[in-house]
Amino acid sequence: MAILYDERPFKKRVEDVLANDFKVKAIQKAQDVFYAKRKALVDQVPEWEDFREEAAELRDHVLSNLDYYLNQFAENATKAGAKVHFAHTAEEANEYVMEVVRAKNAKMVVKGKTMVSEEISLNEALMKEGVEVNETDLAEFILQTADWNPPSHIVVPALHFARERIRETFHDKLGYEGTEDPEEMTRFVRKRIRDRFLRADIGFTGCNFAVAETGTITIVSNEGNGRMSSSMPKTMICLMGMERLVPDFAGLDIMMELLIRSSVGAKISNYFSMITGPAKPGEADGPEELHIIIIDNGRSNILGGEFNSMLRCIRCGACMNICPVYRHITGHAYGSIYPGPMGAVLTPLLVGYEKTGDLPYASTLCGECWEHCPVKIPLHELLLKHRVNIADKAHLRPAAEEAIFKTVATVFSNSFLFDYGTKLGAIGMKLMSKNGNMADWTKLLPVVGGWMKAKEMGTLKLKKFRDVYAEYEASKRK
Amino acid sequence: MKIHLFSQCLIDMFYPHVGMAGVQVLERLGCDITVPKKQVCCGQMFVNSGYNDAAKGAIKNTIEVFENAEYIVSMSGSCAFAIRDEYRHILADEPEWMARAAKVSERIYEFTEFIVNVLGVTDVGATFNDKVTYHKSCHVTRLMGIKEPPMKLLENIKGLEYLPMNRAEGCCGFGGTFTVKQPEISAVMTREKAMNIYNSGANVVAGGDQACLMNIEGMLDRLYKDGEIDRRIKVMHIAELLNSR
Repeated sequence: MAILYDERPFKKRVEDVLANDFKVKAIQKAQDVFYAKRKALVDQVPEWEDFREEAAELRDHVLSNLDYYLNQFAENATKAGAKVHFAHTAEEANEYVMEVVRAKNAKMVVKGKTMVSEEISLNEALMKEGVEVNETDLAEFILQTADWNPPSHIVVPALHFARERIRETFHDKLGYEGTEDPEEMTRFVRKRIRDRFLRADIGFTGCNFAVAETGTITIVSNEGNGRMSSSMPKTMICLMGMERLVPDFAGLDIMMELLIRSSVGAKISNYFSMITGPAKPGEADGPEELHIIIIDNGRSNILGGEFNSMLRCIRCGACMNICPVYRHITGHAYGSIYPGPMGAVLTPLLVGYEKTGDLPYASTLCGECWEHCPVKIPLHELLLKHRVNIADKAHLRPAAEEAIFKTVATVFSNSFLFDYGTKLGAIGMKLMSKNGNMADWTKLLPVVGGWMKAKEMGTLKLKKFRDVYAEYEASKRK
Repeated sequence: MKIHLFSQCLIDMFYPHVGMAGVQVLERLGCDITVPKKQVCCGQMFVNSGYNDAAKGAIKNTIEVFENAEYIVSMSGSCAFAIRDEYRHILADEPEWMARAAKVSERIYEFTEFIVNVLGVTDVGATFNDKVTYHKSCHVTRLMGIKEPPMKLLENIKGLEYLPMNRAEGCCGFGGTFTVKQPEISAVMTREKAMNIYNSGANVVAGGDQACLMNIEGMLDRLYKDGEIDRRIKVMHIAELLNSR
C-alpha cells in the first residue's frame, strides 16, 4: 500500500466514515479500552514525566548525531554478519529487495508487521515480481484477506473490524465455518499461517529499535509472528526507518518502558526479539542470511528542520488512541497509512502539501496527543506550523477563505471597525433570529450554516460588554 | 490591586453578563478594574488557522492597549494562552514589537489562576445551590497547566454539589475555526461532550473559556429542543458561579 491510499477530498472521506456507525463504534470502544489500560499503568509510575523527558532528550541526541550512530550501527551489524544496505528512496529499497528475491529464486514470503514496507509499497512490488506475499500479523492478515482493506491504525491496523465482520471475511474468502469466537478464529489463522512459515523463502520484519553499539535489531510483537518471520525462513530482510536508533541497551530499556505502556497499555509485550546478525555456526535457529535495509524515503529532508521533533516518533500510536478527532473519523478519513495526529504531521512531510493540505486542519489543537506522547512531540505545535506553511506561505487554502480571514482580521484589529461591524452584524442577526436564537433557515447559509445544522446559536448583542461596563462605571461615579 | 480586564471578543459580543460577573467578583476581592475600550481580539483565531500575517493587526492592537497594565486578567483561557505563549513566535521577526509583546505576555493571567495564585484567594464567599459539573478546557488545563485553581474555587462555593463528568478534560470540538471549517466533525465531538455533561447528572455546566461554553451551550440547547435530552442544562462561566450570593 502506498502512503496515500485514498486521494478523494478530505470532506468526502469524512462523510463516508461518519455514515459508517459500525466502524466508528469499533474505534471508540477500542480507544476507551486503551485509555483505561494505559492510564491505570501510567498512574503507577510516579516518574512517568521524568521518563518522557529522558526519552525525548535521548531521541533528540540520536537525531543530532544520526550520521554517527548510523555508521556505528552499520559497522557493528556488518561485523555480526548482516548485510546492511542504505536506500534513499522507496524505489531503491524495493530494487534491493528484488535483487535478493532473484538471487534466492524466492516464490513465497512471510511478513511480520512493518509500517515501512507499507510506506514503500513493498507488497505491490513483490506481487509484480510474481512472489506470493503472506502477512502474518493477525490484523494485517485480516486486512489482506479482506482484499487489502486499508489500515486504520499503525499498531492495530484492523481496529475498525468488529469480530462479526472478521468472521464474515474469513467465511467468504477462506471458507471458514466456525463461530466468531476470537480464539477459534485465531486457531484457524494460526493453522493456515504455520505452513507458510515453514515453506517461506524469505521472512520480512520491521525494526522497532536498532542498537548502534551492538548492531542489534529488535522486534516487538504480541503474536510471535515477528519471531517466526525472523527465525524460520533461511533468508531474512529487515526494513528499518533510518531514525530508529538507540545508542545502547540502556537507551533501549528506556524506550521499551515507554513504548509498550503507551501503545497497548501493558507492561511488557508477549514477544521481544533481539537479533544480532544471522545464525552463527552451530545455532539451531535464525536465518542463514540477514539483510538490513535502512530507509530514508524523505526522512533526511525532515532532519534538522522545523519538523525535526517528528523524527522522535517511536510509532506507539498513543496519539491516535487519545485523539478526539481520530475517535470520530477513524484512521480512514486521513487516507494515509499514518493516521491520527502523528499522521497528520508526518504524511504531508513525506508526500507534500498538494494532496494532504487538509490533514493539518483535522485537529482542534487540543494538545492531548502531546500530553500522551511518550517522547513529547509537540504535535499540536507542528500541526500549526503546517497550517502556517499552507495558508500564509504557500497560499494553498481556498482564495475565498483567505479573503474572509484577511477582512475579518482587519476588522478585529481596530475597535472602531469592530464596534461598527458587529453593530451591523447584531442588526442582521436580529432579522435572522427567532426567540433570541438564529432561525432554522440559517442552516442554509455558508459558514454559519455548518454550525446551525447541529447547534443553536445566540445572537450578537446590540449593547456589548464594553458598553454595559461603561454604563456601570458611569452609574458608580454618580 | 490595579488590573486591566481582557474581556474576550465572544464575551464582548454575545455574553456581556459574563464580563460583568467577572468585574464584580474581582471588585469584591479589592481589585481596581479598567476595561480598555479599544481592546478587541487577541488574534488567536487567525493564528490557529495559519494566518499569522493577518493576525498581526489584532495582536499589535492588543499589545498597544495593554502594554502599560500592571496585571491583565483574561476571562477566557485560550486567549490568555495565545497572549502568553504565541505572540513571541508570531512577532519573532519584529524585535521592537517582541519587546513590547513580552510585557503583555508576562502580565497576562487566566481568571481563576489570577484569583488563586496571585490574589491567594480560594473562597470568594459565593453561594450557589445546584448540581454543577465542570468542563476543563484544553488550553487552560493542558497547555497552560492550570488544573487546581478552578477546582479549589468550586470546592468553596457554598451549596454547590460538584458532579464529575466522564473525560472532563476532553476537547469539546470547538477548536477555534475548526467548528466552522469542519462542522460535521465538530458536531459529533460536541455531541459526545454534551452527553457526558448530561450523564453527570448536573443541571449546570461551568467552565473558564467562553468559546467552549458557547459551543457546548449551542449543542445542549439543540439536544433539548429536539427532545434528545430530557432536562435543560444551563451553561455558565465560572465567574457567574463565583458572583452568586
